[in-house]
Formats: sequence, structure tokens, C-alpha cells
Amino acid sequence: MTTIAIRGGRVVDQLGERAVDVVVDDVTGTIVAMAETVEADATIDAEGCLILPGFVDLHVHLRQPGNEAAETIETGTRAAALGGYTAVVAMPNTTPCMDSAGVVEEVLAHGKVALCEVKPSAAITVGRMGEALAPMGELVDLGVRMFTDDGTGVQDAQLMRRALEYAGSLVVDDGTPIVLSQHCEVTALSQGGVMNEGAWSSRLGLGGQPAEAEELMVARDIALSRLTGVRVHLQHLSTAGSVALVRAAKAEGHPVTAEATPHHFTLTDAECASYDPVFKVHPPLRTAADVAAVKEGLVDGTIDAIATDHAPHTLDSKEQPFDEAPPGMLGLESAFALANTELDCTIPQLVNLLSTAPARIAGLSDRHGGPIEVGRAANLAVVDTEHRWTVDRNALASLSTNTPFHGREVRGKVRHTVLSGEPVVVDGRATR
Amino acid sequence: MKNLLSISDLDRADLEGILDLAASFAEVQSRDIPKVPALRGKTVVLAFFEDSTRTRTSFDLAARRLSADVVNFSVASSATRKGESLRDTVETISAMGVDAIVVRHGSSGAPHRIARWTDAAVVNAGDGWHQHPTQALLDCFTICNKLGGLDGRKVAICGDIQHSRVARSNVEAFTKLGAEVVLIGPRTMLPPSLDGWPVKVEPDLDAVLPDIDVAYFLRIQQERLSEGLFPSIREYRVRYGLTTERAARLRPDALVMHPGPMNRGVEIDPEVAADPRAVVLEQVAAGVPVRMAVLYGLVGPGRFDPQDTEPQRQGVA
Repeated sequence: MTTIAIRGGRVVDQLGERAVDVVVDDVTGTIVAMAETVEADATIDAEGCLILPGFVDLHVHLRQPGNEAAETIETGTRAAALGGYTAVVAMPNTTPCMDSAGVVEEVLAHGKVALCEVKPSAAITVGRMGEALAPMGELVDLGVRMFTDDGTGVQDAQLMRRALEYAGSLVVDDGTPIVLSQHCEVTALSQGGVMNEGAWSSRLGLGGQPAEAEELMVARDIALSRLTGVRVHLQHLSTAGSVALVRAAKAEGHPVTAEATPHHFTLTDAECASYDPVFKVHPPLRTAADVAAVKEGLVDGTIDAIATDHAPHTLDSKEQPFDEAPPGMLGLESAFALANTELDCTIPQLVNLLSTAPARIAGLSDRHGGPIEVGRAANLAVVDTEHRWTVDRNALASLSTNTPFHGREVRGKVRHTVLSGEPVVVDGRATR
Repeated sequence: MKNLLSISDLDRADLEGILDLAASFAEVQSRDIPKVPALRGKTVVLAFFEDSTRTRTSFDLAARRLSADVVNFSVASSATRKGESLRDTVETISAMGVDAIVVRHGSSGAPHRIARWTDAAVVNAGDGWHQHPTQALLDCFTICNKLGGLDGRKVAICGDIQHSRVARSNVEAFTKLGAEVVLIGPRTMLPPSLDGWPVKVEPDLDAVLPDIDVAYFLRIQQERLSEGLFPSIREYRVRYGLTTERAARLRPDALVMHPGPMNRGVEIDPEVAADPRAVVLEQVAAGVPVRMAVLYGLVGPGRFDPQDTEPQRQGVA
């Protein structure tokens, strides 16, 4: 047994803030003591830092199996650990798609030795084709709790209704919730669009996706959650209209949750003027008014969680014209810094957005999301909220370099990450 | 100026400088031997990722009349079909030591990307729905020749504005040279937002006809019909075509323009295309001296300085 004391920091979680050392055990993977006087085999310095529950990302593309040139479970989870994440939900749009037990088992096997917990999601429909339900019951038995056709939305309202009803009736042994996660985009309306529809797309001569293409499906799925009584999680909200719809739905008590990405609360469609596909993403970067609304939604609790939609792509695939390049951008290693820099909220709010709420949505609350207490799983992020640094695409752990934040100065750095008692990141470096 | 990517990058003085230079090259065209040694030893690559016989031929002639070596890089033989990235293709062309790359690409912004990956001058010969700056220059050249200038002139651009690089370039070029521009077309073919566009929109073509100096009609593409942007070719012609009846209501000194190729009987009636006010072939003819001016300006001796066109003229002579 090796015990490690994290000394000199202040713990912040849903129980409040207190100055206390945290001692973890890397064999049991738990927190064994919270006091200054306890001896330990090793020490990690947290002077001037905050000790937070490890972050949980509801939306990560690890690209394995199928596109290991862009990212692998190993490199993606190393990026996650460096970003303070102790758990990520892997999106199912791999090749082959995570719509059957074999592929999910492969991801689970790689995830066991990764640098953070990998929680596989699985497709709602076979092949993410939107035509027939994937074997949800079988996948739930393997531990899948989130279903999504991410990358595309389930276009057929009747099929989505059936998916909600079917998922809602599945019995789960451990009582953790099952959630259907929707990529909100009505493709009939977004078709041909490679950026936000508006003044910039008009000027640049690029096809646009109107905000309404997203909002129609947000509204539809709120209606379906009302109809079925089953919870819907709405992915990467990007428009002011979507935020308003979710706010109203929550006020009426409908069982919906929502996430937003760092790029949607920091960047606008003006970035596309460079024609650099590093700024191409679905849903697209929107207007300054949308960015403000997403921020407001995060701060006032309308949007439950920050999720990165970390989407690695090889350099080659992004060195194409804007309309031909694939959509998606990196996010894991800069998310905390951007949230800390850009959002006008308290540290407990940030903990909720980055850890507690997403852990609850993903069904990981038993071991992620805090509180930081003796006996709980030792999944922790130790951060320096004042540390300033500049994002450098060449200094990332991800196999890919497609960060839209290259050269941006941000405030807040993840110093250490502890995964089940093991320090996987120490002083900003991955230990394996 | 290293590249010509968009009319947005040019101000009025730049435009006038290029047009003045083009005028001197037009004079060269009338000589027995319409060729000058200005770009001898320079290599111009015509990289057409999207086919266009007219524009490619015009650039080809322009470069040859400046005595440049011209290489065609056509899409059929290009490596992008083999999965190579655009950057690889551009760096390969660039590594062979070329002075200018003339790019036609179906994707908006492709020339902007290419310009970042090469030291050669990049000339945009049309990118997606975005820009076609030499088309705008040759249109301005034609109007200036016929009407003496664009200041105070009223130009109507009619048709599929949203999918038209010609419209985007011309709106900027015409207005920078002092013209008023009105856009006419069904809402399905207008850009979703005209914020910041120095134009008026007029839903009714007939309302503006008696009033305009230039009637510019855009080519309508069959694929827009299948996308449901308008109900039928017949209805398009009735609402937005320059029929003989409409042409009769244009002023006698008005110009009728079209970037070609024309759909006779759709956006323009055959009789109107043959009307003396239609200057479609003059537009084509202007293409060569205008593109000579652009190539000369970008890769010629001393390069192009819009504030001082005299040295170039001496260089030409």
C-alpha cells in the first residue's frame, strides 16, 4: 500500500471550501484521510492550488477503433488527464460504430489501462443510420448508460420516441440512470451548411446552417421528453434560441439536461473568415449574441455541464478547403482554463459544471464528481486558477493538433490529476 | 500586393491602377504582334480544380502574351483525386519553382488557403460562391470603356446572387468605383444576410428597368431547380429573365451584361443577347488585357504599385 498526501491546497466541492490535506491510497483507489497531521509514503505539493473533484467530460471522440491516426484511447485519455479529467464518455462514431457488444467491449478493454476512466456510450440506432434501434438492452448490460447518434441527430421523431420509451423501460442493476443524448440538428435544414448561417456565411460564400436547424430538434426533443416522461440530454447547445428553449423546459419541469462546449462559449463565426477548417465544427461557431447566451446559460444553471466535444482530426484532413474538411476541434487540454478565464462564475459553480453535474448525467456519481470525503474514490484535479499560459498546438498530448485556441492566452492550469489514487499527472506532466 | 484573392483586398485606387494598366495592355492587343516580353522567364501555373474552359483560356492567353511560360495543372491529372491534401498538391507545384498560381476551385476560400502554403503569387480565378475578382475587373473595364466610368451609375444584378462568385465580386468592385447596386432575385437566391453589403434589394425587376445604366444578368443553374429554389424555368424567365419586352423598357444607352455562358431563353432572350446594348463579347475580350494587367502587376518587374502605374507602362512599351 502506498499512500500519497496532497498537501497545502484548499479543497473545493459541493460541501464547500476548506484548507485540508488529502491522503489517497493507490491500492484501494480511495481517499483515506483528510487532515494535516497524517503521515503518508509520498507527498504532492498543492500549495496555492485548489483540490477539486476530477472533471468528467460527457462528450469525447477517442477515435479508436478506426481512426487511430487522429487519436487513440491512450493518447486521448492522456490529453484528458492533463486537462484534469478523471472520466470521459466516449462517443460511438468510431469505425466500426459502437452499436454492438463487440465494439463496446473493445473500447472498455482499452479503457481499463487508460489515463482516465473511459465510459463508452453507444449508438441509439444501428450504424447511426437513424433507421433501426441498436441493441440497447445488451449494451446496458455491458455498462453503457448513454446512447447517442452523435455527429448526427435522430431525424425520425417516431423512432426517437420509441428509443426514449424503450430506454426508459430498461432495468439497470445498480440503479444508475440511462440517458439518450441528442445531437440537435435537423439535417433537412442544415444540409449543405458548413458554418453558421448569417452575415459571415453570406459574405464568405459558404453554405450556412441556420440556428433554427438546431433549435427545431431541441424543441422536438423537449416535446418528446414531455410525451414520454423520459430524460433527454441535449448535446453542445450553440444558439441563444436553444438556451431559451431549455430554460423554459426546465421551468416547466421537463426532464431535460444540456451541455455546452468551450468553443461555443468563446469563439464566433467571424473566425471562419480565415477559411481555416480548424474553425469548422458541428454545430458551427455562432454569433457573439449566441456566445453570450451560452455563457449566461452555463452561469445560471440552464446548461448543466461543460462538455468538450473533443474531436481530433489528422493534419492532412484539415489541410483541405473549408467545405471539404471534416468538422471538429480539440478541447480536453484547454477546457478548464477557458471556463476559468471566460465564465463569470464561482469555483463551486465550475466544479459543478465540469465535474458534479456531468458525473450525475453519465451515471458516474458513485466515484466521480465529488464530494471529496474519506472513503470516496480518489479522483481529483488539483488546479492553479491564477497560472497564465498560452495554448500551443504542438505541446498537446493529443495525437492531433486541431485546436482553435492555438496562441490564445488563458488563465488556470491543471497541475495534478489523481485517478483512483494514482497520480497520473504531476506538475503538468503525465506520469505514463 | 502578393496575391489577388478578393476584391475586398483592393481599394478604389488599386482597382483604377489595374484598369489603367489593362487599358495599356488592350492597346497591345491591337498590334500586329500582340505580345510583350514583360514576363519572359516567369512561370505561370493554371491550377484548375474545377473545369472552366473560358477562364482558363483567357488566363492562358494573357500569360502567353506577356511571354510567360504556362503550365496547365488540370484536375484530371491532379493528385487530390488520389487522396492527397490540398496543401501537399500546392507544395508540390510550388517546389517546381513557379512565379504565379492561377487557382480555380469549387470550394470558397481555397485560394486563401493555398496562398498560405506557397511563395508564388496566387490569383483567384473563381472560388466556390465566394469571389471571381478578374471577372469583376473585366466587367468594370467593359463598363468604363462603354460609359466612361462607374461613378453615379446604377447597376442592377439579377438572378442567383447567393451562389454567385461573380455577384459577390461585382458588388464590391462596382460600389468601390462609385456605382449604386441593386440586387434582384427571389429570396431563395439571395444571401441569407446582406448585413454590410452596400446594396439595395428590389423584388420587382420591372420596377428598376427604366432607371438603370447596366443590367447584369447571372447564369441560372439547373441544379438550383432541383434544390427547390424556384418552381420552373418558365416561371423564372417570366419573373427574372431579360425578355425582349423588358429589354424594350431599358434605356437606349443602357448596357446588358452577362458573365457567360448564357442560357438563352432563360435569363436572357436570344434576341436580347443579339441587341447592340448587350456587351457580352466585349466582356470576354476585356478578360485578356485585364488578366495581363493582374499577372503583370503581381509578378512583373518591380511588381504592381497602385499609386504609380507609369513605370509599368514604360515596361510594357
